[in-house]
Amino acid sequence: MKQPIYLDNNATTPLDPRVLEAMLPYFTEKFGNAASRNHAFGWVAEEGVDYAREQVAKLIGCTEKEIIFTSGATEADNLGIKGVFEMYKEKGNHIITAVTEHKAVLDTCKHLEKNGARVTYLGVKEDGLIDLAELEAAMTEETILVSIMYGNNEIGVIQPVKEIAAIAHKFGALFMTDATQAVGKIPVDVIADGIDLMAFTAHKMYGPKGVGALYVRRKNPRVKVTSQMDGGGHERGMRSGTLNVPGIVGLGKACELCRLEMESEAIRLSGLRDKLESTLSKMEESYVNGNTQHRLPHVANISFKYVEGEGLMMAMSDLAVSSGSACTSASLEPSYVLKSLGLSDDLAHSSIRYGLGRFTTEEEIDQAIAVTEKAVNHLRELSPLWEMFKEGIDLSKIEWAEH
Amino acid sequence: MAYSEKVIDHYNNPRNVGTLNKDSKFVGTGLVGAPECGDVMRLQIEVGADNVITDAKFKTFGCGSAIASSSLATEWLKGKTIDEALTIDNMDIVEELALPPVKIHCSVLAEDAIKSAINDYRVKNGLEAIVLEKSHH
Repeated sequence: MKQPIYLDNNATTPLDPRVLEAMLPYFTEKFGNAASRNHAFGWVAEEGVDYAREQVAKLIGCTEKEIIFTSGATEADNLGIKGVFEMYKEKGNHIITAVTEHKAVLDTCKHLEKNGARVTYLGVKEDGLIDLAELEAAMTEETILVSIMYGNNEIGVIQPVKEIAAIAHKFGALFMTDATQAVGKIPVDVIADGIDLMAFTAHKMYGPKGVGALYVRRKNPRVKVTSQMDGGGHERGMRSGTLNVPGIVGLGKACELCRLEMESEAIRLSGLRDKLESTLSKMEESYVNGNTQHRLPHVANISFKYVEGEGLMMAMSDLAVSSGSACTSASLEPSYVLKSLGLSDDLAHSSIRYGLGRFTTEEEIDQAIAVTEKAVNHLRELSPLWEMFKEGIDLSKIEWAEH
Repeated sequence: MAYSEKVIDHYNNPRNVGTLNKDSKFVGTGLVGAPECGDVMRLQIEVGADNVITDAKFKTFGCGSAIASSSLATEWLKGKTIDEALTIDNMDIVEELALPPVKIHCSVLAEDAIKSAINDYRVKNGLEAIVLEKSHH
């Protein structure tokens, strides 16, 4: 079977062979437990972890002691939010986040609401960015944490992180960001951005699955989180559990490669993305979703009106992409992120997300354009809505039978 | 999700795509579903002498299973009388296309479209609309 063209790099990225190479010895001869302080096996493993910690710290502009390794961004989000809530209970119980966050943040907040937290879910403007005035108005003396993502996974928009941090700090709250899609793709500097906690993961930046990190600031202010995993006191007591040494080494190497190649890679990817997007948005009744100025270089989210996303993906089986359509999940609800931009359900159902990556070539983008155009045209031939639109019928005036 | 071979076949080679003259009194049109729900089916039948369905056409906005369900429905309708057509059950479609549980609603929609097209034809020709039993939602 011919492999489809992989354009779903926001879901996960392939492992860079250079990362794999760095990891391999830590599965075999360097198998030691990094916590074994009494023999060479432990020291060698610890050295690998220490080096990785430096590589990670260098990418985001922090010190090694501020990195807590986790099993991924979901765990890092849980540790950051729950950990801050428990640690700063005395100060207040109010958390502010946004409706377009990943479920790892939203569901963690929902969980805390059952334990006495008060959570404000900020809406977003139609370009996907939060309204800073609305954030400021929501801040109270009880606010202990503002958690707003860096770059959105579905539409790629980049929130005004620095301004958000400043507002949080003005009210004495901490600022956390889920930077899963941003770290390694665009420059992220925790000092310049004023970030107090930050979650990210290896497998979105050409590293392995199952390893990520939480950055926890140690100076101005010194941030503390209550451990969510108790045991041997690893990671300065904040995350117990034997370290995933090969994974951590892989995360480190992935961070180093991103640091060295990010600048040229961002230019290359945004060029390819713009080619894809400008060509496809020339099609009749196609719409680009989200802010096109402040966004990640590798994501395009486009709605093709009058065709349904899952049906469209089936016609594009040569492409591995994702859709905001309900049918891709069991829930039958279209993407909550697209709906929060004010998109009508039918446009949300008609959306396709293209996520480009390090291994995407221009030839693949040309093919993706051709495949998409053909599929959209084919499905519009089948679509009663397209026919009605072409006849000038106003679809919003029809009384549809809900089912 | 993997699709059954029959779904893929109907999807790649949809039968009877098209439009009949909805103003003709021999044509019944059923338009069901809603854009917000991610699927809309339009199914049309042309009825000849002895209430036999001589032609059927569809257009569907929806996922592969919705397109396949309506394509299959048009195949089954041709040659049946409208009374026979009323006996087509959504579970027959589920079985024929091997639809997974999350796609059963596509077959329900196809059954609704058949009944709605038949009713449109009946009303146009001075017959009473058939009271539709709520199908397996």
